[in-house]
Amino acid sequence: MAIIDSPAIKERSTVSIVMFTVILALLPSLFLQIGFFGYQILGNLFIGIGFALFLEAICLRLRNYPIRPFVLDGSAFVAAWLLIVSVPANIPIWTLLIGIFFSIVVAKHAYGGIGSNPFNPAMIGYAVLLISFPKIMTNWPVSEGFEVSNFIQFFEFFSFLNTNEVYDAVVSATPLDQIKTLLFLGEEVNILPISFSTLAPYQMIALLYFLGGLFLVYKKVITWHLPLSLILSIYFFSSLLYFYDQSTYMSPMFHLLNGATFLAAFFIITDPVSSPTTLKGKVIFGILIGLITVIIRNYGGYPDGIAFAVIFMNICVPLIEKFTQPKVFGYE
Amino acid sequence: MELTDKIFKFFGGIKPNGHKSISTMNPIKRLPIPKKLIIPVRQHVGKVPNIKVSVGERVLKGQILAEPVANISAATHSSSSGTVIAIESNKIPHPSGLPDLCITIETDGKDEWIKNDKIDRSRLSNEALYEAMKFSGIVGLGGATFPTHIKLNSNKIKTLIINAAECEPYITCDDMAMQEKTKEFIEGIQITMDILKIPHAIIGIEDNKPKAIEKLKTSLSGSKNISIKVVPTIYPSGDEKRLIYLMLGLKISKEKRPVDFGIQVFNVATLISLGRFFYHSEPVISRIVTVTGALKRPNNYEALIGTPIQELIKDAGGSPNQDIIMGGPMMGFKLPHTDVSVTKAMNCLLAMTDDMKSKDTFEMPCIRCTKCVEVCPAQLQPQELYWHAKSKQFEKLTEDYKLFDCIECGCCSYVCPSNIPLVQYYRYAKSEIRDQMKSSEVADIARERNEFRLYRIEREKKERAERNAQRRAQTSDIDKKKLIEEKKAAIADAMKRIEEKEK
Repeated sequence: MAIIDSPAIKERSTVSIVMFTVILALLPSLFLQIGFFGYQILGNLFIGIGFALFLEAICLRLRNYPIRPFVLDGSAFVAAWLLIVSVPANIPIWTLLIGIFFSIVVAKHAYGGIGSNPFNPAMIGYAVLLISFPKIMTNWPVSEGFEVSNFIQFFEFFSFLNTNEVYDAVVSATPLDQIKTLLFLGEEVNILPISFSTLAPYQMIALLYFLGGLFLVYKKVITWHLPLSLILSIYFFSSLLYFYDQSTYMSPMFHLLNGATFLAAFFIITDPVSSPTTLKGKVIFGILIGLITVIIRNYGGYPDGIAFAVIFMNICVPLIEKFTQPKVFGYE
Repeated sequence: MELTDKIFKFFGGIKPNGHKSISTMNPIKRLPIPKKLIIPVRQHVGKVPNIKVSVGERVLKGQILAEPVANISAATHSSSSGTVIAIESNKIPHPSGLPDLCITIETDGKDEWIKNDKIDRSRLSNEALYEAMKFSGIVGLGGATFPTHIKLNSNKIKTLIINAAECEPYITCDDMAMQEKTKEFIEGIQITMDILKIPHAIIGIEDNKPKAIEKLKTSLSGSKNISIKVVPTIYPSGDEKRLIYLMLGLKISKEKRPVDFGIQVFNVATLISLGRFFYHSEPVISRIVTVTGALKRPNNYEALIGTPIQELIKDAGGSPNQDIIMGGPMMGFKLPHTDVSVTKAMNCLLAMTDDMKSKDTFEMPCIRCTKCVEVCPAQLQPQELYWHAKSKQFEKLTEDYKLFDCIECGCCSYVCPSNIPLVQYYRYAKSEIRDQMKSSEVADIARERNEFRLYRIEREKKERAERNAQRRAQTSDIDKKKLIEEKKAAIADAMKRIEEKEK
């Protein structure tokens, strides 16, 4: 029996190429992170991703899957990377590894591996860490300005393994957290109008996520539907609150440039496996994540709610898809 | 149907590298008459025609070898003169690789034509024309091979669309035919418009064929009733329903056919053979085949039906052990045997390139990236079709996701980053569903039979009971009394005898 194997030609695209493009889009922001906060993030990436690939290989082995093609598909690599840039760079390495474990083993492989996980692996890892280690997870390093020496230090023989001095570095809550607390205490907050010169390091990094995201849209790795609907949703709902009472609520621009808004919009919620496949569904998904995020940020117990919003909306994906199926050619 | 200059771009589609110019450098070539012609008896969709020749018989070029037996059937002709040396099962170019009945003719090189009565259009009624068409051997030469006379037997057609899109990469036979056989092509269009009694026809042609467009425009400069519509080069613009949308803005689902909207679509090669039949009394004995791909001299050939394909491949600079795809790289299939002959369905022979042979076939899980959705010209959800085909949820496939609207164009597989052979999954699901429908039909018949049997048993029981009741009713009351009295008398007699004995 002959095999009818049409088509005989194929576009050059693989899951690995898709994942590699995502990493490429993340590189500029990594550059800024090192410059502002030191090289520890590089250590986190090396150890964290190495551990993720190690766990991936073990899981594949246990599940009787070929190891090479699945480790090389880059999905574990990207999931680990996203988790690492979502947590403070000064996180103790053992804490980070717990997060990685939950991402790869529990959220991904326990649910059937790549393509089958209902929840975003990076966000599951993040949520576990945030709930279990709230103090570690809300203390972010403070930048003392962009230091070129941060790069040079990294190349001094494995200096990143010697993390003592980094632990001594100044830490603080994120601006989102600080201002929320101040507003909660009823204190006057003087937020400067946003201009390029006043951008804090975290905001500059956020802008680079935005640019990296545009690159992904340009490369057609993602479509504009998810990021745009999330960004507009956060902007819209935070504007409602802001115009209702400017002294108690943060400005919409502040919401966009702080926390994980741009990272989530372009890199987290665009995980194809755990987001809706229909265009209408994507828009609904993005809008609802935005709404839940604004609610958690303003009224919830955590400084940033995107991770929880994403996980909650992941559960709703089958329902969203069911009600947003587009019409087939000739049935409109 | 409103005619407009507007192009209605359909959703999805892909733009693969065309590779068309490699086979259009030189004019269409003819090879010397092959020593042997192996002509499959059935080369169309429909009933197998009746063989009219026997082994040892001398046949002439254009002579009928097999005659249509039903309405959906077509004739098969001898492509040259010679002797029938065998009527037997032979390899044919079919994806199944299964053999079929073929007539082998040893040619005599004289290429002697049978005397054909010239068809006089003006004297023949449409019915007679229709009858004549049945014996022309003309079938859809775009590859569907549906007998053409059936498509001409309609009085509901208002628009004739000529499918000259030729959207598959590598294939150039229609392009070259339109350039070199312009006259016959236009004759074919005119005769078709005549038979269908319609005033207007539109040629839909992709903009990657500038020479053919130029030639047609010059030839049709005076004509008001045949227009040309140049459509953008997007695969699969040559799909019937996609082309209709491109040209008329009308979307037709699987549930309807173009005829329901008064539209009939014909392929370029089919129209040329119609022109040849009506103006030159020539049945289908040859066709233009693009021989291309990994060959030294790709070219188009006007090949006699039954020509061994190796003769074409050898002439184009190929070798006998090359892997050959029949049709284009998107929808064609790899020939299970390459020692087969040219048939009416064969528009292209594509020698597989290294790229095609080394295609990555490691299948990764679907990551729901929806690249397939973005290119599906039927606006389906290929990732859902795949998911439900894999988990055999056939009802959902047909009801919710419209599996049967899939045209198997292969766009989804072409872009899939996980290398999933999506089209194969759909073909599998379609055949499973068809099987289920067939077996449920069989089950329905069995159930009906059983129900009828139970009904019959019940009926017979009832009838018997009725008969008994009737008999009982017929015996009248007087008879009954008589009977009782008789019985009483008998009892009394017996009692008497007993009493006497006791005494």
